[in-house]
Formats: sequence, C-alpha cells, structure tokens
Amino acid sequence: MLDGRAARPFAELSGVSKYFSGARALEGVDFSCHEGSIHAILGENGAGKSTLIKIMAGVVQPDSGTLSVEGIQHRFSRPSEAAKAGIVCVFQELSLLPDLSVADNISISDPPRRFGLIDRRAQRERAEALLARIHCEDVDPRALIRDLSLSRRQMVEIAKALGKNPKLLILDEATSALTSRDVETVYNVLAELKAEGTGMLFISHRMHEVEALCDTLSVFRNGRHIETFLKGARTQDEIVKLMIGRDIVHQFPVKPPALSRKPHLAVTDLKWENRLNGVSLSVGKGEIVGLGGLDGQGQKELLLALFGVLRGVEGKVTVGGEGGIPASPADAKGGRSRIALVPEDRKTEGLMLPMSIADNLLVASFDKVRQGPFIDPTKSRQAVADAIAQLQIKLNKPEDPVASLSGGNQQKVVIAKWLLTQPEVMLLNDPTRGIDVGTKQELYRLMRELADKDTAILFYSTDYAELIGCCDRVAVMYDGRIVTEFSGDAITEEALVAAALNITRPTDVPAREAVPA
Amino acid sequence: MSAITASTPPRASALAMSIRQNRGFYGAILLLAALYLVYNFIHPRGFSTNVFIANTNESVALAFVAMAQAMTVIVGGLDLSVGAVMTLTSCIASELVRGEPWQIILGCVVSVAAGAGFGLVNGLVIVYGRLQPIIATLATGAVAIGLALLIRPQPGGEVDLDLNWAVTNSIKDLAETYHLFEDGEAAWLQPIAWVPVPLLILVTITAAVWMPFRRTVTGRTLYAIGSSEGAAYMSGLPINRAKLWAFTLAGFFAGCAGLYLAIQTGSGNADIPQAGAYTLNSIAAVVLGGISLLGGVGTVIGALIGALILRAISFYFRILSIDPLLQPLVEGVVLLAAVSLGAIRTLRVKNRLELFR
Repeated sequence: MLDGRAARPFAELSGVSKYFSGARALEGVDFSCHEGSIHAILGENGAGKSTLIKIMAGVVQPDSGTLSVEGIQHRFSRPSEAAKAGIVCVFQELSLLPDLSVADNISISDPPRRFGLIDRRAQRERAEALLARIHCEDVDPRALIRDLSLSRRQMVEIAKALGKNPKLLILDEATSALTSRDVETVYNVLAELKAEGTGMLFISHRMHEVEALCDTLSVFRNGRHIETFLKGARTQDEIVKLMIGRDIVHQFPVKPPALSRKPHLAVTDLKWENRLNGVSLSVGKGEIVGLGGLDGQGQKELLLALFGVLRGVEGKVTVGGEGGIPASPADAKGGRSRIALVPEDRKTEGLMLPMSIADNLLVASFDKVRQGPFIDPTKSRQAVADAIAQLQIKLNKPEDPVASLSGGNQQKVVIAKWLLTQPEVMLLNDPTRGIDVGTKQELYRLMRELADKDTAILFYSTDYAELIGCCDRVAVMYDGRIVTEFSGDAITEEALVAAALNITRPTDVPAREAVPA
Repeated sequence: MSAITASTPPRASALAMSIRQNRGFYGAILLLAALYLVYNFIHPRGFSTNVFIANTNESVALAFVAMAQAMTVIVGGLDLSVGAVMTLTSCIASELVRGEPWQIILGCVVSVAAGAGFGLVNGLVIVYGRLQPIIATLATGAVAIGLALLIRPQPGGEVDLDLNWAVTNSIKDLAETYHLFEDGEAAWLQPIAWVPVPLLILVTITAAVWMPFRRTVTGRTLYAIGSSEGAAYMSGLPINRAKLWAFTLAGFFAGCAGLYLAIQTGSGNADIPQAGAYTLNSIAAVVLGGISLLGGVGTVIGALIGALILRAISFYFRILSIDPLLQPLVEGVVLLAAVSLGAIRTLRVKNRLELFR
C-alpha cells in the first residue's frame, strides 16, 4: 500500500498496546519496517517511540498484540532473544561497562573463546575489525570505556551492535551524543549498511538528519501510529502538524496582561562543557518563563548550573543585579540570590524517601526553625502545618514517611519544602511529570500565585501544552543554546515544535522574502 | 585533517596503557618494592634468605585472606566473614592434617573444600536470599567462629611436623624433607633452591586459579557486575552464577589461608580477635592494592600486593626500636594516604550530582 514494495516486511507489529501503571504508552499500533531501508520514527516527547523500540528489542513485553520477524511470530523476553532474531538496538542510555576495555565491551555477550577461556587476541582483532568498519580506527580496543569521550563511547556502542550482525538496527537518538565529525562517519556507515540490505529504524529529534538519511518516515503521537509515508511525500509543516495533533485538555489559570518587566534573574553567555553553548536569558519578577525544546538540549544543565551544582560554569549570572554563579546549592538558596530548584527526579534528588513528611518539608530551611543549635519543635510544627495547608497536601500524619504519599503529593512536598525558604527565584525541572491531572492544575495555579507575589519562575517542561498555558514567555533551547523566544500569543504549538526541531518555517520569514533582491 | 587522523595513530605500548589504566596497582607495587628494599637496607644483617623466608611465612595467611576479600569487592560487595572462615578452616586442618601421607593430603583437601563450601553458602544466601553481602557475611562469619569453637574449644592440635618444616622453608628444604630431586641436590634445582616455599605456594595458587578464572566469561562477568550491574544484566551476562563463583572462590582463598596458618603454627586456635583483625586488614589490603570498593576495578594480585605492604610495614617495627604499639597508627596513616591519592580523581567531576551516584 505504501510503495508497492514486493518484499514482505522484515518486522511487523499488529495491534500492539502497552501500559505503564495504567498510563498508555502504546495503543493498537500496527507498524512494519523493511530491510534495506532507513526508517525514521518521529513524535513528540512521550509519543511512544521509546516504548515501540523497547518492545522490538525485547526490553519490554507488549500487553497485547503480536510482533513478527520475517513472518514468524515472536515474543522476546530479553534483548538477547531479539538479537538472535536479527534485531539489535543502540540505546540512548549507554549500555557499556565503564571499567572494561573497548574490546571487552564489544564482545561482552559472546566473547571468542579458546579452550573455554576468553581469547583476548581474537577479541581484540574482532574489535579492531568492527571499529574499522565504522571508520573509528583511532579508538584503541584496549582503552577503557571510562577514558573515552561520550562521542567515542557512542561509536563503540554502534560497533558493539554491528558485532551482532543485525538485520534490523535500531538507533535511538544514537547521534545526539556525537561530535559533528562522528555524525558524518555514522551517516556514511548507515548508508553502507543500507546498501548491504540492513534495515534501520532511526529515532532522532534532528529534522535535518531525518531528511538527509531516511527514506521512510512514521509519525507517532500519544501512543498511536499516526501515519507512515515516503520521504518527500509531506512537507515539514505537515509533519509538525501530524506530530502535534489536536487534543489539549488542560485548564490553566488566566495569564496577566503582558508587562515589560525589569529582569530579576539575568543570565549572560552561560557555558558548561559542551552542553551549554552560550545561554542568555532573563526572568523578571512576577514572570513565568518557560524553557522549551526537545529533551536533552541543555535545559536540565541550565537549571543545575543556576543552582550551583555544576563545576566549571562560565558566563555571568545576576539575581537582582548582583552576585555571580552560585558555588553550591547551599550558596544558591542562601545569601542574596534565594534560588530554589525543584529537581528532575523527586525520588532521588528531591526527597529522602524513608524520612518523614515533616522532616522532608523542613530539610532546606532548618535555619528558619532553629533555636541556637537546636531545632525548635514548636516553630517546626508551625512551619510544617503552614506548608501542608498552603499546598493542600493530602496526608495522614506529618510523621509518616514521605514514601507513603502519592506521586502528586510527593511533588507538592518538594515544592513546599522550597517555598519554606521563601525563594525569589524558582527553577522548576519538569515538575508535573508523572502527576495526575488534578494535581497538575493545582500546581499551575500555585505557580501563578507565586508569580503574582513577585517570584521569578523559570519552568522547564516537556509538555508543550503546559508551556503555552502557563508561561508569559517561552525560550526554546536547541543544542545548548536558546534559539528563539516567544511571548504572549506567539506561543503556539506549531511555533514551539518548529523551533524545537530547529526548522525555519517559511511562514516565519515572510518579511525577508518580500524584500526584493 | 581527515587524511591524517583517519590513518591509525601510533598506539601506546601495552605496558604504558596498562600503567595508565591501573595506577593504583602499579603504585602499590612501587610502594611495596620501596618499603622492602629500604627494610633490607637498614636491616642489621642486610638481606638474607632466612629473613626473607620468615617474612614470607608471616605474609601468606593475610595475603590469601586479602585475595578472598578481593573476589567479593570486585563484584561490588564486601565479605566480613573471610577472617572467620580462615579460623574455621585452620581448626578443621588442625584436626585432619596428620597421619599417613594420604590422610595428610585428604586433610588438606577437606580443609580447603570446607572453606570453599562455606563461601558457596555465603553466595547462596546473598544471591537467593537477596541479602546485602555486608550483613549476610557478618552473620555467617559469626556462625563460622561458632563452628570453629565447637571443633577447637581449646587451642591445640598436632599438625604433621614434616609438613610444617617443608612448607615454611626453602624449596631445597622441601625437597630434602620428602627426598625429592636427589634430596634437593639436583643441579637444575639450584637456581631456585633458595626460594621460600610460602612464596611458591602463593604464586602457584594465584597462577593456577585466578589467572585462568579471570579469562572466563564468569570472571569477566564479575567485573561487569561491579562496573554496572544494570548494563551487565542488559548484556545477558550470567549474574547469579558469577556472584556464586565470587563468594565460593573467596571461601576457597580463605580456606587456603586457614590451612596454611594451621600448618605454620602446627595447631588450630578459634581466636576471635585474630579473625576480626584479619578481616579488617583484608579490606585495608584490598584498597592498598588498587581495588575500588565500588567494584569493577582491580585484581586479586593487587590484593596480594596490598597484604604484603601491610606486612612490610610491620617488619619495620621489629628492626627499628619503635614502640610496637604505634603499628596500627602507622598502618592507618599509610592507608589514609593511599586512599586520598585515589580520591584525587573526583576533583575532575564537573557535575557535582555525579559525586553522589
């Protein structure tokens, strides 16, 4: 139906659904891919791309539906079974063992053996051959993984995958960690593999890569397979529309009229490693500024840098006209700057799960409830009661472990903990992830209330609807930089998605086209 | 640029590479060499084979216990029962290693097998009971001491005296005792006749057990587990089997330590403080030998070197008139210095959150 290809698909999914603790990840997906083709999977964050490839690679099992490879139905319970059937995945999270050598890692699941013992020489030669195939002769097979750069590690990961002789190679954001030189190499390798008849599934957030490499594109949205088409059959604008769909249901508090505000938090040319490449941004008092863009474009690093977690940050940061880059979280929250960060992972960075709700609430502001060296029980009881009332945290007793609360209430505890420090700048790292809709709406209202009380809020979210509904301005990041800022009515899904993919849409530049040459 | 970088750049030599990747291990070797060289230099009688033999004799038990500890630390665990298992096997050996030659050999085999068996039990408890190694082995260690006390309520035993003489002296003495190689006068034997038997035992067992094991898939899996257990699992490696092997081999090495201790002292003694001291020293030795307590880095040979360093420090107290009471203090300072050198790496971490992971 697609292009009249006579060959039957190499791998075929029909009616596949997968739920994670009740939340839909994939629903009724029919999908197929062919050998000798580079097939792009496109979709927003949370569209179901990762779940799709995890099912094909044997990492997770579908709740319903079937997966056939070369016409034979399979149910993979682990990645090695998928590899036997010819499906090998290069994962986004690296699966390499940092303390072992490159050669060890490439042959980790089935090393060459002599008399039952691992044949190191054969293993090294195998690694050399595979590295040569991906034009990485400069990687020494004896080097330890932990001594390699992220980009080189990713290349080793690809060599390791090729060592399993895949008929279908899945590349999940495999190019996101690569330097431009390695990206070039990978392009060539993929083209060679395609010519040899290998099929590839290519997941990338970089539209120009997809355009350059792939021959077939599939769009996913909200766990559903929307459409598959050949390259060139649709314009970039149409692809963006397919990715967004039309189902915004959230309720957001009314935004105040746009004011021009004096910047309170001002960031100038912030750089760190190669993840932040010169970020400039300002947030005014009482303003909610959203950080948009696809995952991993430096948003998290920006928040961590502003909170003093990263070492070796360059650039200028001022809060209320003074100060510099905080040296530590303790420095960031105290002193004049009064910055708070609601971190990415509330279970490891936000909360001490076995400790009580009360202790968790107080943990950032002991200096406010102490009497000399001692923690004052009366003051702390009062502070805890206030915090619980302000955020309407639903609990039995404040002495219960915080782990006993639901996800939404846990997140409220994290936020309440920081509100007790009376911050002037709130940094929020995707605070509504994994939270029910009711609590989300409470958080949106709370953010607006805080802003009305003159707090400066910098809000990173992977959900575009939130950015549109909550923010006075949105800055979109791409590759460690802010590429565009939108404010007021200009914050639309089309604009955010296009900016996130770093596409310059023809509609964005009519003025320039109108100018006669 | 591509024309130049695409061709294979000159590779570091194997040794340079190995040194760069195992700084802790090579540092330990240098430290040991320096310590022992200076020791012999300032020794009142200079270097003599007698002193060398005596020194190696005193080092064997700790070396084996440290090697036992290394097995479990490499997988990211810790074994608090190694000293107790050594004590248990030494008590068993003190009962069994005597009589006819076949009885002696059987006694040795049973003693070491008992250690390995005890290690296997540790492994089973940890793998299938899903307990943390540190608490599981704290408990089984107490069990081992209890068993040792049952076997030997009082210190004693009559370990075969010929064997005692043969394994605590030079190769020549060994040959003489058992009338081998023309009573040790064979010409080919002479170049190595002076080598202490305890050293020979250490080297032989390391070469016969550890070196091949390290090159098996199971051995490689130990490192994979210690390095990143999640990635090891996702690579389809035999994790449970490898952990069972790690603890079984730990028991085996602890058994070797116990057997040697029994032969060396000619007796068995369920000495509780001694068992504890050996366990703690084994952890110190492992760290000194360049093994990461986080797992995945280091070798059993490193632990051997670490144990020898600890022993070498103690030898100094004998020839210098330093108060022996200062010995723990000096050992502590050396350990602290070694660990601090290893921690310099963390200064390079750019994301401080990673320090807590």
